[in-house]
Amino acid sequence: MDLSYTPEERAFRDEVRAFLRDRLPKRLSDKVRLGRHLSKDDYLEWHARLREKGWLAPNWPKAHGGAELSAVQRHILDEEVTAAHAPRVVPFGLNMLGPVLMKFGSSEQQAHYLPRILNDDDWWCQGYSEPGAGSDLASVRTTAVREGDEYVVNGQKTWTTLGQHADWIFCLVRTDPQAEKPQQGISFLLIDMNTPGIEVRPIVLIDGSTEVNEVFFSDVRVPVENLVGEENKGWTYAKYLLTHERTGIAGVGFASAGLANLKRIAATEMSGGRPLSENPFFAARMAQVEIDLMAMATTNLRVVAQAEAGQAPGPESSMLKIKGTQIRQEINFLTRRAVGPYAMPFASELLEEGTNHEPIGPEYAAAAAPQYLNNRKLSIYGGSNEIQRGIITKTLLNL
Amino acid sequence: MDFTMSDERRMLADSLRRTIERQYGPEARAKADDTGSDPAVWAALAELGVLGALFTEEQGGFGGAGPDIATVFEELGRAAVAEPVTEALLAGGILADCGKSDAVEQLIAGDMHLCLAQTEPGNRYDLTTVSTQATESGGAWALTGHKSVVVNAPAANLIVVTARVAGDVGDRDGIGLFTVAANAKGLAMRPYPMIGGGRGAEVTLDATPAERIGPDDTAAPILERHVARAILAQCAEAVGMMDAIRDMTLDYLRTRKQFGRPIGSFQALQHRMADMAIEIEQARSAVLNLAGHVDEEPALRDRHASAAKQLIGRAARLVVEDSVQLHGGIGMTAEYGLGHLVRRLMAVDHRFGDTDHHLERFIALRIGAEAG
Repeated sequence: MDLSYTPEERAFRDEVRAFLRDRLPKRLSDKVRLGRHLSKDDYLEWHARLREKGWLAPNWPKAHGGAELSAVQRHILDEEVTAAHAPRVVPFGLNMLGPVLMKFGSSEQQAHYLPRILNDDDWWCQGYSEPGAGSDLASVRTTAVREGDEYVVNGQKTWTTLGQHADWIFCLVRTDPQAEKPQQGISFLLIDMNTPGIEVRPIVLIDGSTEVNEVFFSDVRVPVENLVGEENKGWTYAKYLLTHERTGIAGVGFASAGLANLKRIAATEMSGGRPLSENPFFAARMAQVEIDLMAMATTNLRVVAQAEAGQAPGPESSMLKIKGTQIRQEINFLTRRAVGPYAMPFASELLEEGTNHEPIGPEYAAAAAPQYLNNRKLSIYGGSNEIQRGIITKTLLNL
Repeated sequence: MDFTMSDERRMLADSLRRTIERQYGPEARAKADDTGSDPAVWAALAELGVLGALFTEEQGGFGGAGPDIATVFEELGRAAVAEPVTEALLAGGILADCGKSDAVEQLIAGDMHLCLAQTEPGNRYDLTTVSTQATESGGAWALTGHKSVVVNAPAANLIVVTARVAGDVGDRDGIGLFTVAANAKGLAMRPYPMIGGGRGAEVTLDATPAERIGPDDTAAPILERHVARAILAQCAEAVGMMDAIRDMTLDYLRTRKQFGRPIGSFQALQHRMADMAIEIEQARSAVLNLAGHVDEEPALRDRHASAAKQLIGRAARLVVEDSVQLHGGIGMTAEYGLGHLVRRLMAVDHRFGDTDHHLERFIALRIGAEAG
């Protein structure tokens, strides 16, 4: 047993740190640290820096232009990049669709779409959830009816993150309404967002942000060659995608960065004539979450080591999702608490990208309450924490 | 980064598990409640090398590192073995550090029992609050004072005692380490069974002859080092107990039927079970963290010791309470196998510092680390 990294792993970490020092623009890390919204160009700028270094697709095989990093290296990259307040990599093409196409797409689809994903020629978004299909994803009702060499798509998708920027959407659609089980009769379709009949409407969230959207389809005509794999087998591909979505699910890097930020704020904020961090009640809450995070970082490494050894993840990824989201939500809560009355001004313009409005109170205060509210999503999306609890117990019980 | 167990440790863990499964049961546990130890079990542990695994080669053992301690105690925990192995690690480790190699040799051979008389009424979990007085006269030391809840005192052949050689009750300096023979003059005991198994005693010393061991200035660093190792032992033992309790509870959820179906099919119970499983994995990680840092410099070591003990104190409470709840009435009965596991796991939070104590210490160490 050895908790420390090997010399090679340490050398890789140093390489990542040097890259971040040289190539992460301060303008971007300041925005991320202060919780400001990023523009499409911000994301693309960061993607370009990673692409130059060859790290934009760390999990892709080299044959497809990826870095083919080991599980430990991916973990290190993820942790360092997040701790440095770099923008996140937009996952829809790179981490979700990419692996599905590599596994189930035709060679024509692979040759066409994969380089375009890697090059950011196309911005992808995810068409999974619907108003009636949340945790129960298999109940999708958006239909695709074959007419000649086209599908005609009708229905509605929702919670489409950053769909306002998207050129393409990958969708779960119902191609066989008569199928015996809801999981059967679903297909996986790639749709050009510029096709007539598509409308994107933003959803304003409780934090004032507009990162998610509704996408409406009325008589949208999609060429049949945009079907991935076989018709009515889409559920298999959807599940495969979800397992890829779960890598990095613990969010250790986000939690570490959030805790460091919280500690800085608590050392700055004054309470009763002393720093808030010296208030015994607040200090106890911070220490509690730090202790939990220390253990979770190791739980995460154990799962990474298992993955490295080629073992399929069991209920551990569900455990990491629950514990990771609990820790991050607790940090968000404490950060909101830490800024005191300055959590109350609700001035969304302060979080706009490129804002030059005068701050209200300390600069770090503006994002505290919105991030707390926004990150309520963590325990809802990607299979709610209640769904994860069900998965854990059913795996353990084997009833 | 490597989480795999070495072959030697794997073999020791496997043979320990097999021996416990074959030999350990209610009779051995009753014996430990009566006398502090079942001689047959103790001899088997020595034979297997369990005691040797707690000491380095220099000390006459063949282990002594954090992962060795974690491996042994996790297995002991799975069966809630009530033998005084923690006392062997704790008092034996102190004796080894003080150069008492004869006693350590006897201990490893299974020919001796030890205990550490450190707690006193009122000093709670504070290692440096010591009011028992040591006085020297013509090169001979004598101790006077009251040591409380001394685990394994009734069975011990040799008692390691902390006593004040200089300064005031709360001073870090002036703490001495001594050994006292079990039959020494002026030593009295009020023995009792412990809630987690085995025996303990209130020990009073009245001008009791003692041999001074350890450094001339203060024994605080030695005490702290060995208590950190004992905390690792307790935490690993707790993980073993929690694993066993989780498995028992899962079995019960699978087999117990109410309303015509297994109770494990009810979502309210499934979700409690999932939360329990998550906290146990967190506890396992905390043990790994401490095992990897228990021989580091004191501030880093104690930061991990407090983090682990604090997290495991919380996890243990959840597992104790929810396992009984998920079992329902049967979990309340002394006859059912859950009871002794639950009692021993509950007791973990009452030794070497509870969750509040360690949260406070973790904060103090963090502030120290950040100021330095």
